[in-house]
Amino acid sequence: MTGHDAPPTHGLSTGPATSLAYHTGTWRTERPVYVELSPPCSLACPSGEDIRGWLGSTQEGAPGFEAAWRRLVSANPFPAVMGRICYHPCQASCNRGELDEEVGINAVERFLGDTALAEGWELPAPTTETGRRVLVVGSGPAGLSAAYQLRMLGHSVLVREAAGEPGGMMRYGIPAYRLPREVLAQEISRIERTGVVIECEAPVTDLDAAQREFDAVVLTMGAGVAHHVDIPAGAASKIVDAIDVLRDVASGRPPLVGRRVAVYGGGNTAMDAARTARRLGAQDAVVVYRRTQEQMPAHPTELQDAIGEGVRVQWLSTISQVEGQTLTIERMELDEEGRPHGTGEFEELDADTVMLAVGQDADLTLLENVPDIHVSDGVVQVDPTTLMTGRDGVFAAGDVSPGSRTATYAIGRGARAAKAVDAYLAARVIPAEPAPREATYDRMTSWYYSDAPKQHRGELEAARRVTGFEEVLTGLDAEHAVFEARRCMSCGSCFECDNCFGMCPDDAIRKLGPGMRYEIDYDYCKGCGICAEECPCGAIDMIPEVK
Amino acid sequence: MTTVHIPFLQTGTLAVGGRLLEDEERSVQSQADRPSSLTKGHRACQGCAEALAARWVMDTAVEAADDKLIVANATGCLEVFSTLYPESAWKPPWIHSVFANAAAVATGIAASLHAQGRDDIRVLAQGGDGGTVDIGLAAVSGMFERNDDVLYVCYDNQGYMNTGVQRSSATPTSARTATTPAVGCQPGAPVGQGKSMPKIAMAHEIPYVATATVADLRDLEHKVRTAMSIHGARYLHVLVPCPLGWGASSAESIRLSRAAVQSGIFPVIESRAGELTDVQPIRQRMDVEEYLRPQARFAHLFKPGGEDALDRWRAMAERNIRHYDLLGERS
Amino acid sequence: MREVLEGSQAVARTVARCRPGVVCAYPISPQTHIVEALSVMARTGELADCEYVNVESEFSAMSVAIGASAAGSRAYTATASQGLLYMSEAVFNAAGMGLPIVMTVANRAIGAPINIWNDHSDAMALRDSGWLQLYAADNQEAADLHVTAFAIAEELEIPAMVCMDGFVLTHATDVLELPTQEQIDAFLPGYEPKQVLDVLHPTTIGTMAGPESFTETKYLQHLRFLDAADVIQRWSDRFHDTFGREAGGLVARYDAHTFDRDREAPGANAEDIVVVAMGSVLGTLQAALPELRAEGIPVRLLGVSSFRPFPGGALRDALGDSRHVVVIDRALELGSGGVLTGCVGRALAGTRSRIHSVVAGLGGRPILEESLRDVIRRAHSRDLPTLEFMDLKAGGIPRPPVGATEVAR
Ligand SMILES: Cc1cc2nc3c(=O)[nH]c(=O)nc-3n(C[C@H](O)[C@H](O)[C@H](O)COP(=O)(O)OP(=O)(O)OC[C@H]3O[C@@H](n4cnc5c(N)ncnc54)[C@H](O)[C@@H]3O)c2cc1C
Ligand SMILES: Cc1ncc(C[n+]2csc(CCOP(=O)(O)OP(=O)(O)O)c2C)c(N)n1
Ligand code: SF4
Ligand code: SF4
Ligand SMILES: [Mg+2]
Repeated sequence: MTGHDAPPTHGLSTGPATSLAYHTGTWRTERPVYVELSPPCSLACPSGEDIRGWLGSTQEGAPGFEAAWRRLVSANPFPAVMGRICYHPCQASCNRGELDEEVGINAVERFLGDTALAEGWELPAPTTETGRRVLVVGSGPAGLSAAYQLRMLGHSVLVREAAGEPGGMMRYGIPAYRLPREVLAQEISRIERTGVVIECEAPVTDLDAAQREFDAVVLTMGAGVAHHVDIPAGAASKIVDAIDVLRDVASGRPPLVGRRVAVYGGGNTAMDAARTARRLGAQDAVVVYRRTQEQMPAHPTELQDAIGEGVRVQWLSTISQVEGQTLTIERMELDEEGRPHGTGEFEELDADTVMLAVGQDADLTLLENVPDIHVSDGVVQVDPTTLMTGRDGVFAAGDVSPGSRTATYAIGRGARAAKAVDAYLAARVIPAEPAPREATYDRMTSWYYSDAPKQHRGELEAARRVTGFEEVLTGLDAEHAVFEARRCMSCGSCFECDNCFGMCPDDAIRKLGPGMRYEIDYDYCKGCGICAEECPCGAIDMIPEVK
Repeated sequence: MTTVHIPFLQTGTLAVGGRLLEDEERSVQSQADRPSSLTKGHRACQGCAEALAARWVMDTAVEAADDKLIVANATGCLEVFSTLYPESAWKPPWIHSVFANAAAVATGIAASLHAQGRDDIRVLAQGGDGGTVDIGLAAVSGMFERNDDVLYVCYDNQGYMNTGVQRSSATPTSARTATTPAVGCQPGAPVGQGKSMPKIAMAHEIPYVATATVADLRDLEHKVRTAMSIHGARYLHVLVPCPLGWGASSAESIRLSRAAVQSGIFPVIESRAGELTDVQPIRQRMDVEEYLRPQARFAHLFKPGGEDALDRWRAMAERNIRHYDLLGERS
Repeated sequence: MREVLEGSQAVARTVARCRPGVVCAYPISPQTHIVEALSVMARTGELADCEYVNVESEFSAMSVAIGASAAGSRAYTATASQGLLYMSEAVFNAAGMGLPIVMTVANRAIGAPINIWNDHSDAMALRDSGWLQLYAADNQEAADLHVTAFAIAEELEIPAMVCMDGFVLTHATDVLELPTQEQIDAFLPGYEPKQVLDVLHPTTIGTMAGPESFTETKYLQHLRFLDAADVIQRWSDRFHDTFGREAGGLVARYDAHTFDRDREAPGANAEDIVVVAMGSVLGTLQAALPELRAEGIPVRLLGVSSFRPFPGGALRDALGDSRHVVVIDRALELGSGGVLTGCVGRALAGTRSRIHSVVAGLGGRPILEESLRDVIRRAHSRDLPTLEFMDLKAGGIPRPPVGATEVAR
């Protein structure tokens, strides 16, 4: 040979995977970054639950249930209760509604709540004891939520409740066919087992005294006083407050209401009153409401359920007079702004009992001689961030303060008040929360989600319902709850579907293992954007590359 | 169509993987330690579906062959972007000879392995539509006809992309390419020309013919696995959008494939011994516009005078839907 | 064992005894008898552990050979003429990739006009394809050359064509002594590829090279071609030592008087006219030249055995002091002259040699001894032009019947 020893393959052949030497990342003009956005469900949940998170754990099936429940109760200690009575605004906002039907979040919540009760799962014990004492006035959802959260933060909490049993409206307002009392009792006693002390039949009547005894006070007295309207009525007429009827039923003293009952009002209380009347033996329960169905404050499902049980509704009607068993009803019409006005046309309606359900007011006798706590519109005014009233160390949450009058809102506000109290006791300011970025439906690639209809909860047959206070809605079984949870699209949060990893034409994404998600290898990522485009849940942003 | 049975898990079979899947239910591409037979550092354009499909196909084939796979590649983008000396993005043993002969080179490899008594080593040949439908057709047809033990994969990006986007006989009607400009009374690729390679393959009555796209990984992996379970000549035709040649955004390659299938333009089928044995039904009917509009090569269809061409596309979709019963009306 | 055999049969049997792993071919005259014989042997099992692939074209024949060779098999094919051109892209590619395929070229003219008869224009068209080209003077050499061709190609990792004149050799019957299976097994090492598609040690074969490495890659191939001359000579020597007869080598020397092949024959003298030729015409010349010697014309015969690599050094050695060369050329570079002449001229550049190009035997035209002698006599008497078309007919080509061209229009 002439002395050269280059192999014949030189210049032609090469070793495998030698392309790693070439870094295609320099081609990039945009880079993908993983983001964690807020899903519309959580943004709409007044309790501030990490719905996506606990649905995610539920998706794993039985092994994930307890973790799911723990994620849930970190925000809301009443999943079994709320899984029954919450009006679930989360579901109205759920992105899945754009694809087929919204996720049955509430049903899964109840499943987790019931499972926890059956399994005897306990709330966590506080990890520290601060030695600070907080008084909570009232044991409705706002009060118990505040108490629970304060306890979790290590404070000693005493709840004083005027009524004979704790629970507020959950105990004395919402009928048992929607919320069985033993469910409520179990969830309350579980809170007590964290160290929260509840004293019943212990109305708080002196705020100054309370403040001397406690480092902070949270007012959650609710709105338990019936609002009144003036209706000319004869002496023989039987007019009662719906809220009182409900309270009496809840206290085990069901009143006699007669065969025909008229309920005046269009809210949830009206619906519950009418449905309760049916259960108390009324053949005919008529809801008289001034406006139209669209304007009705009652939750659509409540109306539906009532109608399903034979309740009738007379729209655009007011009771102008009650004389004996005869009601005079005036027909109304709406003006341009949608306000009802009398038409001067009248008709008559027979009723043995008229139940008034035209709203509730807060009982503010406790604050009568407390000038520094400002009350307007019938509620206690608070600082919107700290929920502190005009008086230092006194906070307010729930129906007694401004905002929506629902249990979920009460729970959320109670928790917020707890946080504020904690900051107050530590002389800290609550840090400003960054404005959440919403995971909107248009970011998502819904193609990837399996076709899956919502699992509807079974309902008791209407005929069976009206005969008693048995619970109307049954829960999901485990299989269906998991199925329902898996309908969640995990909006805005990587759920490890592997699309980005599998679909990168440049093999530039590393999979880090279960629960660890992925990492983009910017040495090779060319920035094509396929990962962002095909991410089902919209958890990848493409941002311009700054050179 | 896809026979992997997966319980309802949020994303079903359409996503690459899913954290809830059992190991044996996982797609090859979802495995953290997948082969990545076509690895990073290759020089395909951003969003090139040919690069993506090639990794998908090869990884599945490598797994099915227990790491014993040899690959013959035709000239074209896939070859050029993966093997610029001294770098190679391939992990399996791989050979490129010339443009038209990948099928024949593969036959030679298979013959050699057979002569050596190494039938456990499997052979895969691959090329673009040009290398398959046009210049390589004789070699592909010969390989089919002899029923050589080769899986041939055609990555159909509907044109000669490597040379700068010229028309091939797989270029669809009215598409603008560098040699079928959007001028004249019949702009773009001429009407009534072009040929269907899957049909040609089926006419050879070889053991297995299938089409697939990058819009359905599971389906593609299933087909590669099925093909690998059979000996003899097998053909897989994969639609691979080319952002450069199609004038589409690099992020849209998968979306376009999806639209091609869901509009009825690209039937996803399976055939054995010349008989059509399976058809993937349309899941969410889309209009052909969803497929055509994002592609600059069809921009003239959406200008005045493009109506006829657009109608032709609709008619094509209708015809496929009828012919392959893509809406499942007959079954 | 000496036996009476057709050239094609002799080649087929010898190739079979070289134990190829894959044989693939597409039929074309005059190669057909070779591949028919091999396909029969593959069917009967005489050719064991070998796949015979009936391809659909020569392009695929070469491509199958490429695949087979890259996968580690000794690969063989055969073709001619149009077939060689049809596979030409793959022919270049096989060489570029260093795959030691052996191919018999049953030399035949190239159309148009289509012509199935012998000349060298097919192999010459691919003279720069990067293949070795070894020319057989007779059927014994044609058979023997295949044995050394495998050995040389595989040592160098350069593919080799064994060129044998179509019909003149392929279809001619001679008394031949083929190397036996045992002899070949002892002589020819097993194929051990230096690059192979191996699933345990994967490589990428056939990358794309840019301007930054292409020249160097070609330069290395050039060096390897320079190495080839020694390797060819070595295997030829070994063959001679083992079998006691000549096969291949770089050039063939002949005795000045008997014109028998003689590796020891001295170089030519200054007054000698040296006739340089390739292939079967060497046999015709062996028969024709003694008569000129007898007439007192100092003529010598020199065969080119290896056309690629072109053996410039060996050629100059054999020419000795002679500066007067007549090249019998079987292929034409239009507008220039014989192809072999061009190579000889390049080898003798700067030696002030007088070189005649005699283009002969195109498209199967018989090369007559008397015509050859006539050419040499004229060279001797200095009235042979530098380019001569031997036996060119004065009357030219017969014309088509009157009117035919009109009709065709
Ligand atoms: C009939 C009815 C049905 C409803 N249905 C639903 C429903 O389905 N879903 C939903 O989300 N919401 C529902 N609501 C609304 C919901 O119950 C209330 O918004 C929620 O209970 C408010 O919680 P809270 O803790 O602020 O007040 P409350 O639940 O009213 O609790 C206040 C508590 O404070 C106690 N208290 C008051 N003053 C004192 C004092 N001075 N000292 C000690 N204790 C005191 C009261 O006895 C009471 O127990 C319903 C309400 C009614 C009336
Ligand atoms: C014989 C031959 N003719 C033409 C070319 C030029 N050429 C190289 S790649 C190519 C186009 C490849 O098209 P296709 O097979 O569809 O693959 P793509 O690049 O589109 O993936 C052409 C025409 C060539 N290399 N060899
Ligand atoms: S799909 Fe899931 S994450 Fe998205 S809004 Fe609905 S419940 Fe929330
Ligand atoms: S031109 Fe098209 S096929 Fe070629 S690398 Fe670019 S995107 Fe891929
Ligand atoms: Mg192409």
